[in-house]
Amino acid sequence: MTALSALIRRDIRIALRVGGGALIGVLFFLTVVVLMPFAVGPDLALLSRLGPAILWLGALLASLLTLDRLFMADHDDGSLDLITMSRTPLELSCAAKALAHWLASGLPLIVATPVLGLLLNLDMVATGAVALTLLAGTPALTFTGMIGAALAVTLHRGGLLMAVLVLPLSIPVLIFGVAASQAVIVGPLTFGAPFSILCALSLVSLVIGPFAAAASLRHGLD
Amino acid sequence: MQLSGSAIRCVRGGREIFAGLDFHASAGEALAVVGRNGSGKTSLLRLIAGLLVPAGGTIALDGGDAELTLPEQCHYLGHRDALKPALSVAENLSFWADFLGGERSDAGESLATVGIDHATDLPAGFLSAGQRRRLSLARLLTVRRPVWLLDEPTTALDTAGQDMFCSLMRDHLARGGLIVAATHAPLGIDSRELRIGGAA
Repeated sequence: MTALSALIRRDIRIALRVGGGALIGVLFFLTVVVLMPFAVGPDLALLSRLGPAILWLGALLASLLTLDRLFMADHDDGSLDLITMSRTPLELSCAAKALAHWLASGLPLIVATPVLGLLLNLDMVATGAVALTLLAGTPALTFTGMIGAALAVTLHRGGLLMAVLVLPLSIPVLIFGVAASQAVIVGPLTFGAPFSILCALSLVSLVIGPFAAAASLRHGLD
Repeated sequence: MQLSGSAIRCVRGGREIFAGLDFHASAGEALAVVGRNGSGKTSLLRLIAGLLVPAGGTIALDGGDAELTLPEQCHYLGHRDALKPALSVAENLSFWADFLGGERSDAGESLATVGIDHATDLPAGFLSAGQRRRLSLARLLTVRRPVWLLDEPTTALDTAGQDMFCSLMRDHLARGGLIVAATHAPLGIDSRELRIGGAA
């Protein structure tokens, strides 16, 4: 446990320091959502109907933006070699790294959501619903994205490849995340069904993600 | 304790680096791996560290901790120093001490031994190449591992640093440790030579 908490603390600390990834994600999220009302125009009804989709898209892209650094930095400076050799199973180390990434870059997005909901003419209930779906859904984005990040390291290709690999996996999360939020705002579906599926997606990726990422890193040993 | 390899074959990128390599080293012994550039010195160290998969042959550590695999009993000091520029010297070292686990000694003492205890609060990004290497050596001292795998360990170290490092290696061997070092320069301690791929 000491080993894993040390890894989580280190990654969060690096992310929060100057040049870390945490702030970049939130700033990107902020930019996308702030610009959207200007692009859509002053139609308040339209804006509130699009609101959950915009917030979800912003959060998805913001988490993709910072995910490719998840293993790349450790690979480039040799830390990944030592992590692979250590007495902690690689699967657990991967899970710890993803958890740290979510705490440092996913959680701030959810905290920022209520403020950004105001800009999109969402009422309290709708904003709460979007924040709740983001809380349930962003772990799935991080843990499936981790697979892409691990593949990007082993294939020595960064950025674009990762987006291509990860985007199809995040589509179900996006669909059910937006569906659950829309259910609260316009109906006629109930909130419970899509939200349960969203939670299930997160739980599945929590299990599969670390194993797939560790297998990819082991296979690509070089 | 004895580290031995037999008939090791190494293939990287579809090209055979070396084949039929045998070696052995006992506790308290240093093995200096020599050979021209590209002969596979680093590859051999990474094979022992479990960071490459051999295309043939076996590597085994007899008389170590039966509960642990060979890589788990090794320290690997490579070209890349596994330091985070955003973290301070002390944070870098204490992270590796906590993460690697096992038997450990005082981090502050290790930093004093390698001679960078005056810079503990400095971000590692501001260290010189020699200081970074010293900080990597502090990791070897803080966390105890019986097998040290060293890749060009003395690069960037000044003369005093090389002397300090020699005495660290002697202490490690005296405690029953084992060293495999890839090197071009003389290691500075009594060692047996393992030549890969013909004369340099």
